[in-house]
Amino acid sequence: MNSAMPLRVESLAKNFPSGPDWRQIIPVLRNRPRKIKVRPIDDVSFEIQRGEIYGIIGANGSGKSTLVRVLSTLLLPDSGLAEVFGYDVVREPAKVRPAINRVSADPSFFRSMSAIENLMFFGRVYGLKTSGIKSRAYDILDRLMLTEEQARDPMQNLSRGQQQKVAVARAFLTSPVLMLLDEPTTGLDPRSRREVQTFIQAVRRDHDATILLTTHDMQEADLLCDRIAVFSAGRIIAEGTPDQLRAMVAGDRPLEDVDMEEVYLELTGRSIEEDEETDD
Amino acid sequence: MISADFHTALGRPRPIGLAWAFFERQINLWKRYWCWELVWLVYGVVNTLAITFIAEQVGQDSIVGRNEINRLVMFLLIGTLVWAYLSAVLDDVSLVVGWERWEGTIEHTLMAPVPRVIHLLGMSVFGVAHAVLRTALIFAMAAPFFDINVANADWLAAFAVIAVGSVSVIGLAILAGILPLLYPERGPQMSFMVQAVVLLVSGVYYSVDVLPGWLQAVSYLSPATYMLDGIRGAMLDGQGIAEMGRILVILLVFGVLLVPLSVAAFSLAEKWAKITGRLKRHG
Repeated sequence: MNSAMPLRVESLAKNFPSGPDWRQIIPVLRNRPRKIKVRPIDDVSFEIQRGEIYGIIGANGSGKSTLVRVLSTLLLPDSGLAEVFGYDVVREPAKVRPAINRVSADPSFFRSMSAIENLMFFGRVYGLKTSGIKSRAYDILDRLMLTEEQARDPMQNLSRGQQQKVAVARAFLTSPVLMLLDEPTTGLDPRSRREVQTFIQAVRRDHDATILLTTHDMQEADLLCDRIAVFSAGRIIAEGTPDQLRAMVAGDRPLEDVDMEEVYLELTGRSIEEDEETDD
Repeated sequence: MISADFHTALGRPRPIGLAWAFFERQINLWKRYWCWELVWLVYGVVNTLAITFIAEQVGQDSIVGRNEINRLVMFLLIGTLVWAYLSAVLDDVSLVVGWERWEGTIEHTLMAPVPRVIHLLGMSVFGVAHAVLRTALIFAMAAPFFDINVANADWLAAFAVIAVGSVSVIGLAILAGILPLLYPERGPQMSFMVQAVVLLVSGVYYSVDVLPGWLQAVSYLSPATYMLDGIRGAMLDGQGIAEMGRILVILLVFGVLLVPLSVAAFSLAEKWAKITGRLKRHG
């Protein structure tokens, strides 16, 4: 059994430059600072304990998805360290990949194939035995309120919310030790959102899952997360349990009078909506 | 459901099982798009007929004798069929990579714990099987239009050349797949450039002897040149496997070099895409 910490991130940074690095080609430009178009992750450090749901709240474009992509071995950071159960995501991606899976806000599938065909494929590439994939997939879909008939329909015939549930099923199908949930309920109606949230809580309760959850839904973070990091412009500006974050802004008021929207507003100096407008 | 020891939980998957995942996915996709398959089949048959009838035109004009015409018919027929086969394999891999970019599944595929070489070979082997099937159907539908004499043909030698040559074709297909990985908007179309060069220099519709000297030199770098030489030798002149030794060895060397080289090039392109953030969905 691997006893290392599920996730350790230290001084992680990722920049997207504005174009080719002409300084490497034209000598007279060598001493000019390089223009950085986007700096989505800027010196980020945090750790997640086993069995914990760790939330990252922030506006669209604040760098949450970039962070998840780095942890998913899909982006290479410029500097810093990220370890999953002691394995470096840059140097040892082959050891990290069996341990993780990811749900993104955009449920990407081969839309002409059925849900079950998509799940069979992803089960197989994680090395699951054929015999077990189907029954396991149907079991998870059932818990997410999707019928076998819907699972056999081409994905393009399913609603956005149903597709997102299949994306959640795809991620949990492979029994990841660390689950990366990147805005898993974005775009869902309140009922579907609740069903996905209930499923996440059940998985954590019954199966000792460790989960990183990014969201811009403050209530969701409050409901699901043991600890929350407030993310703004690629940096963590505050971190703690929901009550610890409330205490940072409550002043003399009782904590139950402070909601997470207010916490975000106070800590970042902006509302989520203002941040999103700026990003656009 | 969630296991603490993930390496034990997932077990040690067998490479064949992992490669089969890609093969099966392609079958599922092509089942859903059988109309496309029909379109490509009709196109392949019409293209084969249109080019091979040029030989009949030469015969009608009495420029050369009937024996030479029959040989020219076979020469062009083999060229169009081999080209149908090669282009189908090259298309398949770049099309699927482009498709994955479009659907956004590429991120999920690339973060799965499957070695890249198995991933790419799984897709390519489907491409080969798919192309063999399509080309056989084109041959079956086009052959009745011509008076073909294959009594002298050595089929075994021809199949040996196709089998050995297919290894290097897989290498070319993986190289072509790099373009849609890096250029999601126009990558699959850009891979036609690779096909066009192979078509020009390999002697698909003419002998490479008619090319200018410098292009003839380039033709030696295309495995398709040797495939066409070998298949024509077997089908037109009845050359057996023993006489194919040189061609088979050259094709084998191409395959042994091209496959690892193409996988390494694809891995480098993947690394570049991960540095520059190009794997995000475009669709």
